[in-house]
Amino acid sequence: MIWAALALAIGVPIAFAAASEQLAWRGPVYILAGFAGIVALGLVLVQPLLIGGYLPGLSAYRGRRVHHWIGGALALAVVIHVAGLWITSPPDMIDALTFSSPTPFSPFGVIAMWAIFAVALLALLRRRLGLRLRTWRIVHLPLAIVIVAASVVHCLLIEGTMETISKAALCAAVLAATIKVMADLWRKRALRGERISN
Amino acid sequence: MTIVVLSRRNLLAAGGAVLATGVLTAGVSGLLLPARADGLAPTESMSGGANNYRKGAPVVDRIGKGGFWMSGTVRRAGDGAPLAGQRIQIWAHTVEGQEHEPQSHGATLTGKDGAFRLEMPQIIPIFGQPHGHLAYDSGEFKTVFLRPIMRSAKETSLEAHFVLQPA
Repeated sequence: MIWAALALAIGVPIAFAAASEQLAWRGPVYILAGFAGIVALGLVLVQPLLIGGYLPGLSAYRGRRVHHWIGGALALAVVIHVAGLWITSPPDMIDALTFSSPTPFSPFGVIAMWAIFAVALLALLRRRLGLRLRTWRIVHLPLAIVIVAASVVHCLLIEGTMETISKAALCAAVLAATIKVMADLWRKRALRGERISN
Repeated sequence: MTIVVLSRRNLLAAGGAVLATGVLTAGVSGLLLPARADGLAPTESMSGGANNYRKGAPVVDRIGKGGFWMSGTVRRAGDGAPLAGQRIQIWAHTVEGQEHEPQSHGATLTGKDGAFRLEMPQIIPIFGQPHGHLAYDSGEFKTVFLRPIMRSAKETSLEAHFVLQPA
């Protein structure tokens, strides 16, 4: 049931975008860049579901492993998104990356990108840096919130190939999954805190 | 005793009202006082306006097969006098080509009333916004790049207005 809902939440917006008449006027690189962005948003939905253990059939260990790999895929999707847009129109991409773009959604996308890169890099170096789980969480959780919030705003403000309702639904699902996993984490910590103080 | 309720909704509404008043005043004063002697300020270039600009696009009767109208006016800063015979360059991502491609670029000249109007292919959203680009770059006045945005991708016309100052 959850798997089916997840497939729909990600599949339907991609199908609608694939049917967009805008594609007729775009080159292959621009199309690839756009879809890399949509896929990235889909992966942002998968991440909290994985780490929260909400996907049936995946053990906590497997869920965490897949969360790491999806994180890498997310960083790769963002690289394809930005590189493709750069090739399509270098001046527009430079404006976006330097926070001097006239489009209101660009800074949100760039902030989400840096937050994604930061998490990916820290995750790779976590062992080497000797970060404890507690410290790692203090770094990762705020960055995850930044990634989710900035990605959703970025996506909603864009007028592109995505169909409005399926886009809003995917964004709502991303927000809901993130809030749920944060709330569960908070509750678990509160419980643990009580046990320790007793 | 009066209780001031500071809710998010109130704040948003107040902010919206302030914004709307600002926009309205700016709009109305622009419409009512076009020729105030020393008042008409020059148009500033918009950010991103010069993106994918190509120098020296030819003056054409129509860009491509047409179907979309770009129009506007060119006036002199200060007295607001219409400027005739000014070359305005226009380009956009349209159904016939991407922004940087030569066939997406063209230029037109203003008439005696300072107005210009050029037919071009339908503009479509690129980089998340349906927008056009215009440039005054002939040298007599200071160069200005504009990047107007369409309210909806379905619109079939767009306007941009220039107020130029001596170079």
